[in-house]
Amino acid sequence: MLVVEKNNLSYEIERMIKEYGNDRQSLLQILQAIQKKYKHISDFAQQEIARLMNIHPVEVYSVISFYSFLSTEPKGRNIVRLCKTIACDMAGKDAVEIAVKRELGISFGETTNDQRISLEYTNCLGMCNEGPAMLINEKVYTHLDPEMAVNILNEIK
Amino acid sequence: MLKRENIRIPVSQQALIVEKPIDTTTIGGTVTIQINEKKVSVPFGTTILDACKENQIHIPTLCHHPDLCIAGVCRICVVEVEGLRTLQTSCSFPVTSPIKIHTSTEKVRKARRHIIDLLLSEHYGECYSCFRNGNCELQSLAKEYGVDGYSFGHILEPKYKVDKSSAAVIRDMNKCILCKRCVRTCIDLQEVGVLEAINRGHETHVGTFLDKPLADVICINCGQCINRCPTAALRANDPSDEIWNAIDDPKKHVVIQTAPSPRAAIGEEFGIEPGHSFTGELNTALRRIGFDKVFDTNFTADLTIMEEGTELLRRLKKAVVEKDSSVKLPQFTSCSPGWIKFIEHFYPEYLDYLSSAKSPQQMFGAVIKTFYAKESKIDPADIITVALMPCAAKKFECNRPEMNSSGFKDVDYGLTTREMAKMIREAGIHLPEMPKSNFDEPFGNASGAGLIFGATGGVMEAALRTVYELVTGREVPFENLRIESCRGFEGIKQASIKLENCVESYNFLEGVELKFIVAHGTANAKKVMEMLQRGELSDVHFVEIMACPGGCLGGGGQPIPTSEEIRRKRAQAIYEEEEGLPVRKSHENVHIKYIYENFLTDGPCGELSHKLLHTHYTKRGKYIS
Repeated sequence: MLVVEKNNLSYEIERMIKEYGNDRQSLLQILQAIQKKYKHISDFAQQEIARLMNIHPVEVYSVISFYSFLSTEPKGRNIVRLCKTIACDMAGKDAVEIAVKRELGISFGETTNDQRISLEYTNCLGMCNEGPAMLINEKVYTHLDPEMAVNILNEIK
Repeated sequence: MLKRENIRIPVSQQALIVEKPIDTTTIGGTVTIQINEKKVSVPFGTTILDACKENQIHIPTLCHHPDLCIAGVCRICVVEVEGLRTLQTSCSFPVTSPIKIHTSTEKVRKARRHIIDLLLSEHYGECYSCFRNGNCELQSLAKEYGVDGYSFGHILEPKYKVDKSSAAVIRDMNKCILCKRCVRTCIDLQEVGVLEAINRGHETHVGTFLDKPLADVICINCGQCINRCPTAALRANDPSDEIWNAIDDPKKHVVIQTAPSPRAAIGEEFGIEPGHSFTGELNTALRRIGFDKVFDTNFTADLTIMEEGTELLRRLKKAVVEKDSSVKLPQFTSCSPGWIKFIEHFYPEYLDYLSSAKSPQQMFGAVIKTFYAKESKIDPADIITVALMPCAAKKFECNRPEMNSSGFKDVDYGLTTREMAKMIREAGIHLPEMPKSNFDEPFGNASGAGLIFGATGGVMEAALRTVYELVTGREVPFENLRIESCRGFEGIKQASIKLENCVESYNFLEGVELKFIVAHGTANAKKVMEMLQRGELSDVHFVEIMACPGGCLGGGGQPIPTSEEIRRKRAQAIYEEEEGLPVRKSHENVHIKYIYENFLTDGPCGELSHKLLHTHYTKRGKYIS
């Protein structure tokens, strides 16, 4: 990582800590903000957060590893999460899964080469009566069928 | 508002401290509860576990440890509380109302048995090939509750790779039961922060930053986690096989130096109550095992005092007489390798404040491979030096690249008390039955000042006895040389001693109030360093810091278990042994005089001692790449 880039990140974190406070309870807000902007929380960012909040880096990593919406590895610009729980499975998740994989040319847990989409599974979205359900960034799509899912994916920038 | 020093621990995890009311009849001071048909009065806020303990009712625990905050994660201590639907963990349930508790109903027994069974189902490892066999809390609980079959199955393949990267600590997460004692030790007790729970649900494991190997993260190797682990998930790196090989090799001359703390604790490994010293017996046992010479690390502890004390006096002279503002005061002790690594990582800009003297272990290594080799006409290449230490970090220290001032690796192996006990047992020796014997010449029996290095405050006390006498020509003005302000288990002790009627060469110190601080445990060391950063230590002259709670006697290589009570008894054993010694001041040790007359002829902090007995430190920094 370039030195300039490092400093920018440090300033960014400092600004966020000023905004949210440096108590332990503001850690999650800061992590979410970094995740949103940089699509991942790098090991350098984790150590900077720990240093500025006066906690240990491993505590930051522990929190990140607990939440599936936070990641240490770079993700694509958009994250597509398909519900893998039993209700969606019964409603035809498998067909959607195959269609999505074929359309993007990647399997779950991977990112497209142009960094456009990362594909992931998610646990229950609470849309069991409207399955199969899929979460793209912060928006939920329900009653999916393969064709619909592919159309939705093609609309994402 | 939370105080700054408490901010690291979430409120829910802080130990609930309720002072016992002086007058027990005070209304509201106590609560009367019923435990198994027995009515007892306990102070408001006592946990059920403590209430039961005071009334001789045994409740099993696993994640609970007297040194650490409450966690309530293992659920083994569940009891039934009338009126509540679910079982309650007694370690985290404060008594606030007149409740009725049942500690041994069918429901409780069944739950505990199931919990143990479930823990065993994920606990990979066979007891007979485990180093904690016979001293494992999970094993003894399984026995206590008659869990003799794996009702929920048993893991057959190891899930994790054993992390052997560190020179001091080996982590085998297959044996981990996620009690998180190591996490609380590392974060709360030592404030180093290596370990935390990683991931969620059944994927949870105790891991390091980015799951890196232990050698790549900031670990100070203090080994406190080993002492608190209920199973064998954490253990020290055991070199006993290499030592046996060296002993069996007739060409090798194997010498061992024994530190003060293992003597006061090794009896515990042989079923003796804490608080008994086995110095003489240990010497005999070591000779019977096959060590060619048994030396006393206290000798180099005395040497440390001479070197460190001289260094302190030189710094004081520079500061007082020459008004040199670049002199770094207070001077910090450098005997504890855990503390050295701590300051190298967390406060690298303050390394100049450390005394440049090596730790007694490394001094001895250098002296053995130079002075001793010359005196006894043995080729230093054939000498293997083993150090019996209470410490896991000493294993790291002897492997430091700069520790070869004799031209060879100064100390070949660092051995902990536990591993030594294992070797003694392996040799078919029952330690308490051994006859007593003395240490070998040319270093002989050392002074009592060296012996008390084992307890927190010991280095300070030993240094004061020597420095005060050097400066004033009189003994320290305390009854029986006991400097009580250095003793005890308070986290940070601060005191002073006035230097009056000095001898001529130290006239410049006339009337100076020598201020000193004693701290133990790196959490307290951190507080001291923060005081230094804020400039509050400008009038302090000398600071002793030990990385482990209680000093060396609570070290990471000492017998398991540990608690404040055990550490107090070990300290008592050391102080009692010390009072019976004929020589109790480092500078009066005849062997010290001999080595300065015949080998280190240019005196303390001279050229040769600088080469052999002093070292330099590395700026490591906090960044993990």
